[in-house]
Parts: sequence; C-alpha cells; structure tokens
Amino acid sequence: MEREYWRWPESRFTAEDIDWRKGEIISAGVDVGSVSSQAVVLVDGKLFCYSNTRTGADSPQSAQKAMDMALEGTGMSLDDIHYIVGTGYGRVNVPFAKRAITEIACHARGANFMYGPSVRTILDMGGQDCKAIHCDDKGKVTNFLMNDKCAAGTGRGMEVFADLLSIPIEEMGRLSFQIDEEPEPVSSTCVIFAKSEAVGLLRKGWPKEKVLAAYCSAMAHRVVELLERIGVEKEFAVTGGIAKNEGVVKRIERELQIKALEPTYDTQIAGALGAALFAKALVEKERGLR
Amino acid sequence: MYVAGIDCGAKYVKVIIIRNGEIIGRGSVLSGFDVKGSLNEALKKAMEQPKISAEDLSYVVATGTGKGEVDFAQATMTEVTANAKALNFLFPSVRTVIDVGAEEGRAIRINELGKVIDFAINEKCAAGAGTFTETMARALEIPLEEMGPLSLKSQKSVPMNAQCAVFAESEVVSLIHAKHAKEDIARAVHDAIADRIASMARKIGIERDVALVGGVARNVGFVDSLKRDLQVELLIPEQPEFSCAFGAALLAAERAKGG
Amino acid sequence: MLANYGYKDGSGEYFITIDTEKCNGCGDCVNVCPYQVMEVGEDENDPFREGKVAKVSEEHRKKIKYSCAPCKPVSKREVEPCRKACTLGAIAHSW
Repeated sequence: MEREYWRWPESRFTAEDIDWRKGEIISAGVDVGSVSSQAVVLVDGKLFCYSNTRTGADSPQSAQKAMDMALEGTGMSLDDIHYIVGTGYGRVNVPFAKRAITEIACHARGANFMYGPSVRTILDMGGQDCKAIHCDDKGKVTNFLMNDKCAAGTGRGMEVFADLLSIPIEEMGRLSFQIDEEPEPVSSTCVIFAKSEAVGLLRKGWPKEKVLAAYCSAMAHRVVELLERIGVEKEFAVTGGIAKNEGVVKRIERELQIKALEPTYDTQIAGALGAALFAKALVEKERGLR
Repeated sequence: MYVAGIDCGAKYVKVIIIRNGEIIGRGSVLSGFDVKGSLNEALKKAMEQPKISAEDLSYVVATGTGKGEVDFAQATMTEVTANAKALNFLFPSVRTVIDVGAEEGRAIRINELGKVIDFAINEKCAAGAGTFTETMARALEIPLEEMGPLSLKSQKSVPMNAQCAVFAESEVVSLIHAKHAKEDIARAVHDAIADRIASMARKIGIERDVALVGGVARNVGFVDSLKRDLQVELLIPEQPEFSCAFGAALLAAERAKGG
Repeated sequence: MLANYGYKDGSGEYFITIDTEKCNGCGDCVNVCPYQVMEVGEDENDPFREGKVAKVSEEHRKKIKYSCAPCKPVSKREVEPCRKACTLGAIAHSW
C-alpha cells in the first residue's frame, strides 16, 4: 500500500490569543488510539493547543510524538504542565501521564466541551472501534456501549472500501452522493462479506460511487441500530474520524431523522480534550479547590 | 436410477450423483459470481465419471446458501437436515455434527435415526468460518492448503486478541513484524477459530460420537485445535466438503423411489 | 450509569448490561460465573466514583457470545447464574 487511503492527514493548532505563562492551571490529555493519537493542552480550561497525529507501532512513542507536535512553537515544555491524563486504547502506555482514564469517560467530557451542555447522545467512531454514549449536562456518562470487536462501523471498515475502490478518505463523503438515486445498502454487515459483495457489484457494472453509497448506507444503518440500543436523545453529536465522512454521517442523520450538532473543533480531539478536562479537575482536587 | 444432490455453498458448488446408494460421480467448482454457470460446470464434472447426462437424473435436491439458483431441482433441503442425513448414513454412531464451511459454521445434534434434535449456526461473521483461515493465510503469505501442516509444526501458542477477521489480519501482520514464527501464528489462528466453533457446539451439548465436516475439516491444523478444545475424537468422512451434497442426494434417492 | 459490555457483529448483538446505580459491588455474580466472565473493581468510566462495581472482564468483552455460550443452551434454557445471583437486578443480557 503506497498511498494510505484512509488516514486523515496530521494537523496541529495553537490559540494565538492565549498567553500560557499567565495560566493558573495547565492541564493536558493524550489519547493514544489504534490508528491516530491526539494531544490537547488547556490553559485554565481553555483550549490552547492540540495535535492530531498517526499512531505508530509503539504506544509510548506515539504519545510522545503527539505531545511534542501539540507543543511545537508554543515555547511550553512538558514540565510546564501540571497534570497529564492518558486515554484511549494505549492509555496505560503514556509514560508521562499521571493517570489513565477510559475513553468513554473522556469522550463524554470532551463532547460536552465541544458541543455544549445540551449534548446528550454522542456517537464516536474511531479507527478500530465505535462508541455510543449518553451523558448529562456536565458531561458525565449515564449510558454507553463500545464495540471494538467487529470492524464494521469503524475506520478500519471504511479503509477496506477506500482501498478496494481506490478512493481517498477525504473524498469518500462527497463521492458517495454522486449518484442518481440511493442504492440498496450492501446486505452484509461483515466487512469481509460486504467486500465480496462489492466486488460482485463492480463486475456487474456498478460505478464506484454507487458501490460506495451502498456501503455507507449499510454502515449508517448498522450504527443506527447500535445507537438505538441505548436510545438517541437530543442533542446528538458525532466525534472521531467518521464525523468528517459526510457519506456516513448524513445517512445516519437521515435514518434517525435527527440532525447532528455542527462541530466547531476537530472532531478527532474529543478524547484528548476530555482527558485534559479531567486533568484540570484533578489538579483542582489536589489543590483543595473542589 | 441416477439422482443428484447439489450444495450451492458460499465458496464452492458441490454435486454428488448416486445410484443404488453408491456415490458414482462428484464435482466441485468455485461458486464465483456466476453461480448458475458454476453449478452447471460442477454438474457436468460429476456426470463425467458415470458418463451420463442431465436427462438421466430422476431427481435432484438442492441445498446450501444458493439453493434457490438451482431452478431444475425438484426439492430443496436445509444444510442442517442434509448433514443429519448424510452423517447418519456414513457413521450411524454419530450424535453431534459440526460443519464448518467458508461462510457459516453449524453444530447439530441428531438421534440414532438421524433426526435433528437441536442446532446452532454461526453465520454472517467471517470470524466464525473458513473465511477467517483464508484471510489469515493471505496475511501470512502462504497457500491455504499449507496452513494446516504448517501449524502442526508449532511448539507454542501465541495469544491472539482480535475476534474479527479484519482486525486479526492486522494483528497477524504485527505478529510477523514482531518476529513470531509463522507456524506459531498459524496455530494461534486455528486455536482461535476452533475455540469459536467449539463454543457454538457447546450450546447444543456435545454427545459422542462427534463428526466434523465441511471444507475446513480438511485443515489438519484446525482439526487438531478442535480436538484439543473439545477433548473428543472427531469422525471425519473422506472428502468432508461433500457431506451436504451427499445428504441432498440421499433425500433425492428416497424421493425418487416414492419415499 | 448503564454500562453495556459486548459487541454487535454480522451474526447478532451480544451485550451484558450492568446498572451501576443498582450495583453495590457485592461480587455474588463473580462467584457463580463458571468462566470468570464477571469481575468487581473500580468504576473505570466514572473517575470520581468511589466503591466497587461489577463489570465484564476485559478478556471476555470481545467474545462474550462465546464466553457465555455454555450458559445459554439452545434447549432447556434457564436464567443465567449471574442474573440469578444478583438480588438487586443490576445485570441484564441482551441475548
């Protein structure tokens, strides 16, 4: 695989209007996922800088890379940070984190920050998992399920199709709507069987866009079934890499008859952001402020 | 009087021709995307040995995922009943049948008359059937037929965490990068799928004698793993992938006699 | 919190749900489970909760259908030992 079709490009951000040296509490969160890793730094609970990187073969190295990239150009070093929380699949492997907290708890907190206290249902689709979370107005988890057993409904499932159809991930959403009418979804949920089905459809003369639409439709339906297990209560928000794929998101909205809240931050940082918020709360606890 | 049983499987179409209770012709062709074309080819292959043609067949029974494609069949039967019939004929002492095909796994309890008492099916998930081993063979870059013999060379087990064929493929690749021996990885693959099949078999209860059929029964590595997991001997007929087609042919023979 | 452990794959949906509001961490479910599927420990999804809570052990979360298969026979199905043992009704199975 010379061209990586399915991984979102790396990026970083700094809020130029914040002078971190004036901050009382500097907290950070690092989310080491199976496919991508993010680091977020908050200054007194305000978003200061973040990075979105690709996870390598080594979790501790990936955590370090994410952290270094987030701090790039800010003049801040690791020692300036009062508390770091690790999360994600590799959370126990973040060597410089003081505590590890589950991605479920962190995503709920992060989404509450990103989307506001009105968010109640969060759908997160990462590289190798899919989560459905209910939270209260403070971002505390009230109901959740996480599926990391089956590739269907995960970024990896999308990769198999991105690869099969030779379509880069950034194009998938747009191209899946370049069809005359919405086709029937592929009948298999299983990515491997769906791929065989897709090969058959291509041979029958289906254009790539139509096959892609059929797959996105099946994925959306499957995710909706998972969501319905815990129920969908407004407001509804989507985090993780999949939030950037309108091919799946729009179809989920269509099936649920509910529109997801518009993201204002990079949806992939939700976990690290939540971790950084927990880090801040833990500092406050330590200092007797809570 | 010639009769035929046709098993339109997810991966292969298999045909058995019987005369007077004896198998006199068999054919197996990859199902591919043109199932009708493949089944005609498989039928032709099976008819080559006894040198007959389609008009000579008095009765045809179809089974398998694609049984609906056999428009010239006089009857259809489920894979569960086909297996029950076949195994009761081949090994009358069998009470539990485990059938592992390319896309489905089945466990069936039968009584002494070959009547189905209970059954459980693992379907629609590649990790529960032959596609799993096939995908891992690709990741290991060895032909599927070599998976079995290779895994028997293993002296130790390697833990496999992934329960999905797609994730397991990535896991195998990282195990290879971590310099694990291919035979150990192959064995782990067989242990993983045998564990799932055994677990499904336990849902219906395991009563001896236990038979194993389906294409995956040809995989000696899988057979070894399953024996270890279930702690029983396994009766495996010659050419185990033909058991459903054989069961269908037996039904065809009964029906042709007016039974 | 309703903690749903398990997964959905092509063959179906398999979740064990623990209601952490009802669970008191007594561990009765752990004692009766023949396959060490259940365990008791800190509530990993509520970092500020003190006290123990029941959960499905990590090892079994991705193969719960297979781990629990022996307690869910096709015939003569009874209430699973874990559910039977929980007097507070904190455990539910989706299949």
